[in-house]
Formats: sequence, structure tokens, C-alpha cells
Amino acid sequence: MSEFLQQLVNGVTWGSVYALIALGYTMVYGILRLINFAHGDVYMLGAFFGLYAAQWIGAADHPTPVRAFVVLVAAMLGCGAVGAIIERAAYKPVRRSSRLAALITAIGVSLLLENGGILVFGPNPRFFPQIVPSSQISLGHGVSISNQQVIILVVSTGLMFALRFIVLNTRVGKAMRAVSHNHMAAALMGISVDRIITFTFVLGSMLAAAAGVLVALQNPKIDPLMGIMPGLKAFVAAVLGGIGNIPGAVLGGLVMGIAEVLVVGYLSPSYRDAIAFVLLIVILLVRPTGILGTQAAEKV
Amino acid sequence: MKSSIRLNLTLAAALALVLSGCGSTPNEELVIGEYGSLTGNDATFGTSTKTGVEIALDELMAQHQDMIGGLKVKVVVEDDQGKPEEAATAVQKLVNQDRVIAVIGEVASSRSLAGAPICQAAGVPMITPSSTNPRVTQQGDYIFRMCFLDDFQASVVARFTALHLKLKKVAILKDVKNDYSVGLAKYFTDSFTALGGSIVAESDYSAGDQDFRGQLTAIKAKHPEAIFVPGYYTEVGLIARQSRELGIKVPLVGGDGWESAQLIGIGGSALNGCYYSNHWALDLPDPALQSFLATYKAKFHSDPDAIGGLAYDAANVLFTALQKLAEQDPDTFKGLSSTKAGSDLRKRATKKLRDLIATTTNFKGVTGTITLDENRNASKPAVVLEIKDGKKVYNTTIGPA
Repeated sequence: MSEFLQQLVNGVTWGSVYALIALGYTMVYGILRLINFAHGDVYMLGAFFGLYAAQWIGAADHPTPVRAFVVLVAAMLGCGAVGAIIERAAYKPVRRSSRLAALITAIGVSLLLENGGILVFGPNPRFFPQIVPSSQISLGHGVSISNQQVIILVVSTGLMFALRFIVLNTRVGKAMRAVSHNHMAAALMGISVDRIITFTFVLGSMLAAAAGVLVALQNPKIDPLMGIMPGLKAFVAAVLGGIGNIPGAVLGGLVMGIAEVLVVGYLSPSYRDAIAFVLLIVILLVRPTGILGTQAAEKV
Repeated sequence: MKSSIRLNLTLAAALALVLSGCGSTPNEELVIGEYGSLTGNDATFGTSTKTGVEIALDELMAQHQDMIGGLKVKVVVEDDQGKPEEAATAVQKLVNQDRVIAVIGEVASSRSLAGAPICQAAGVPMITPSSTNPRVTQQGDYIFRMCFLDDFQASVVARFTALHLKLKKVAILKDVKNDYSVGLAKYFTDSFTALGGSIVAESDYSAGDQDFRGQLTAIKAKHPEAIFVPGYYTEVGLIARQSRELGIKVPLVGGDGWESAQLIGIGGSALNGCYYSNHWALDLPDPALQSFLATYKAKFHSDPDAIGGLAYDAANVLFTALQKLAEQDPDTFKGLSSTKAGSDLRKRATKKLRDLIATTTNFKGVTGTITLDENRNASKPAVVLEIKDGKKVYNTTIGPA
């Protein structure tokens, strides 16, 4: 029993990371009907920005909670800017072209970020400094959780609530919802559609950056191709929950994380990556709109 | 008019360059190939090999002005990015384009296995400094190795765990995509159960994985007294860290895939009290080893790892064989020159070179005395290192049973 509970703890932590990345996919899809395949690479950039920020302010040698927080915020701001640049430079010019053009552009941006990353950061794995020294907290019954896992859970839950607040309770959130319903009508109501779309990319990229830093904190090996698999899995998580649906992305991420850890723990670790795509196939066959989705899903 | 002349001149110059690139180089050279993971997940394997060969070459330079038998020695290095498929391409290029007379590489058995058939087919001797999987030298009679084999290495770790640490219940966590890791796990199981121990859990991962908590949680539930992790240093470091976070306090034991300067950097204090088998221990007072250490430190300002030491030995074994060939049979030796690439003379010369490498006996290397057996493997004792306060400390030497 304690083994099962421990696996659940592992799964929920891992799942909350998928959830953070999946939110970015789902928001962009909700507004542009675009699968932003470069999103996983923004997550990678988040980890690297965090690494450089940590080295810059010396968080590696003298870890304090304030410095760790600064690292997180710096990575989020950096990726927010990257998100805005990607949207303006790559997606905006093809927004009125066919949806396929935008999709291929997304794949192009993804390859650009991965190979640009190899060029700039170097192809070898780098090691993320221990900006929060790890310690272990016992939950009783042989179940334990590390303080880093607690941080992952707290920060990701906090960010998800912050996002919910922005989308439901602010003017810009209202505008985002309006744009997601109908660009034309939103524009007629005086909403600057371009600005809202850029804002969505910034928001999504910031969440991905946070996920990057949180994962690097726990698994300190980072490399320029680290975003590919988590990116794909988070995409599956977004589809699983119902793409375009924000609570759905969170639910999909959690289901995904737990499913993965249970497969590793009880079936065979070789099926770790396979389970994501099995889930994708099953959900497309059984309920193409996703668990919480309502509108007809687009198959990509 | 003027511009067209300039254009013609440029074209002519370009053509000359291309032609000189294709044709035989005017300088007669001995071209030796080396391939390894200079980048990628286990990059220190490739870079250590490269530095080891470089030091051997430096010494050759100092003693013989870079010459063997009147020919200049040149080493061409190819990066395989740590991927077996790239390794095959790299070796193809070395053999077919650079026309090398011998190949040094690789560290990882999967990548040596990718390169070996190509060298064998081309009749080019290949020396792997540090691939321990038995299948590597079984690829053919042109393939040699400078280190011990996995069946021996696994039996060393098994004997150490059972007899020195006196532990009976061990779990295994192996890299399922890696020939080296799978081989070690299998041989370890055989030896350890023969010594009366039992394997209480076996799980696996794939190189490049980030999260091992699922496997470790399942292993923890079986209450092993030690965990055997026959992987490479990057994953081992992460596994050590995550196992400690999950409250697993038993020692991790492993093989020479742990040998890297980066191991401690990744695993940190989580690795204290863990053990692994290796080709050398830096704190042993062997004079050849200590003089190599001094040279290495003077050049690179850091400690070498055993991978570099083995590469140094491999290069020296090759140089020695070349020198012997130059003395015994100068005419055949000339066939190795780059100008003779592709000729029958060259084929005969590499065959002779192969025969000479195969007769290597009692070669005093920095990683021990090297004598190649009839299967072209070096049989050497292994040392077991303990990690204490972030330092690798010599624990014991275990010879063939």
C-alpha cells in the first residue's frame, strides 16, 4: 500500500509539470486553433534561462529562497519575451494562411529552437545548480516526499490558480475568452486581437518556463533536446483533457503523470513513453473531444 | 574583361584545391582514426579518450619527432555524438575517406559494436580502449581490447558485494537500451546467485530518462540491501540522488560506466558509500600511473579518468606495433603510408600490423600490464573504488577467480 501511495505522490508531482506545459498548448489552441509544437522547446529554454540566472546571481553557491524565487521569475520573464517574439516573428505572418502552414511553421520553430539551443548552449548535458538544497519529508507509512516535490506542487498549483484568476476575473482574461470565441466579433467590440494573441503566447510560455525550472530543480540534468518528449506528452495531456479547455489540461496532465508512473512501477519501464500515445489513441477513438472537452476536436 | 579573368583565376584555384583534396597528399603520413562521443549524454567518455590519445601522441612527438619509421603520425578524430548509428557513419568515414590504417574507439560497447564490423570488413585493425562487452572482440580478428570483460567485471562486483560487503539481497536497475548495461546485469545475476545471493527486484530505464522514482519506489518495496546500477555516470548520478530522496539508504554498486569526473558533480553527496569497479585507482602508487597523472595534470589541469588512461595505453600499444613493423619489415611498413591507400600493398601491411598487435605481451601500461589472449582481449585485475565524501577512494583489487 505504501508503495502505491508513494507512486501516486511521484505521479502527481510529475503530472503537475505536464499540466503546466499542457496549459500553454491548450490556451494557444483555444485562441488560434494552432498546435504550437515549439512549446516543449520553450520549456527547455526556461530551464536554461534558469541555469544562467542562477549562475548570474550566485544562487548556486549561496542558495536562499529569495534567490530561488528570482531564478524562477527571471526564467519566466525570459521565456515570456521569447514567446512574444515567436508569435510576432513566426506565427503572425502566416495567421491568414492555411492552418497547415501555421502547423508547419510551428514544427520549424521547434527545430530552430532545438538546434539553436545546441549551437548556443552546447550539445552536452548541463547540470542545474541546487538552488534549493533537497531534503526529505516523511508522510508516514513509508511514504516520503522531497521538499523539491513540494515546491513543484505548490508553485504549479499556485500558477494554475493565478491563470484561472487572469482568465475569469480580469479584463484581459475576458478579452481572451472573447477572442477564443470569435476573432472578428471580438475585434468589432474594440478588442485588439493581435495584442491578446501575443499575451496568450506570453502567458503560456511563462508557464512552460516555470515547468522547466521546476523540473530542473528536481532532475538537474538539462540539455537542448530535453523539451521534445515532455512537450509531446503535454500535448497528449492537453488532448486528453479536451484541447482548448483549461481545467481539462490540468486534469489531462495529472492523469498522464500518474498513468506513466504506475506503468513504470507495475508494468514495465519500457512502456513509459508508449503509455502516453496509447492514451492518445484511446481518447481519440472513445471520446475525441477529450475528458472535459465539449466542441468537436480537431485531429492533427 | 578584368572581372572575368579574376573569375577564371578563382575557378582555377578552387579546382586546384578540390583536386589536391581528392588526390594523394604529397606528405606521406600514417593516418590513425579515432572515434568517440565528444558530445552528447556521455561526452566525457569521448573527450577523455581524445585527451589520452593526445598525451600518447605528445610523448611520441617528444621522443621521435612525431615519426614512426620515417612517416609522420596523424590522428583524425570523429565525433559520434554518443549514438550507435552515428558511430557507424564515423567509422565509415574514417575507413573510406580518411583511409586510416587503424582505428581507436569506442568506449561504449553499443558504439564499438557499430564500428567493429566495418573495420573488420575493411581489414583495418581496431582497438577499443574501454568497451567491456564480450561481443565486441567477437566481431572478428581485427578487433582488440585493452580492458577486462563484462563477465569478469560483473563477477568482481558480485564477489565484492557478497564477500566484502556481505550482502545477500540485491536489486538491479539497468539501462535496457545499452548492450553494456544489459550484459553486466545478466553476468552479475549469474555470479551473484552462484555465490548464494538473490536478486529481489529487477527494473530498467532508457538512457536519457530524467525520472527514476517509479522504478526506485518499486525497488524500495522489495527491501534490497544494495542496488546494482550498471549504467553510465549521467543516469547513475540522477538515480543516486532520487533514491536518497525516496529514503533508500542502501549502497549503490556499479561498473566502470560510472567512471567520469562528472559523476560526483551530478550525484553529489547521494553517492557517498557507493562502490564501483574500475580499471585503475588514482591513489595507487604505481610509477607508470603516477607519471601519467603528472603529465596529464600539467597539460589539462585536472585528474584523468580511467577511460583516458585506457586510451593512452591503446595508442601506445598501437604505436609500439607500428614501430616493430617499421623495424622488422620496412618495405611492408611503407605500404601503410597514406599514398598507398587502397592498394594490395596496404592490405598486406594492415594484416601485418594486426598480427603484431595480436602478439602484444607484458606491455606495461598505466592501467596495468597488458597481454592480449587468443581472443584479443586483455586480462587484467579490477579495482573497486568507494565514494567517500565526494572522493573516489581505492578499496580493493580483485583478480580473475
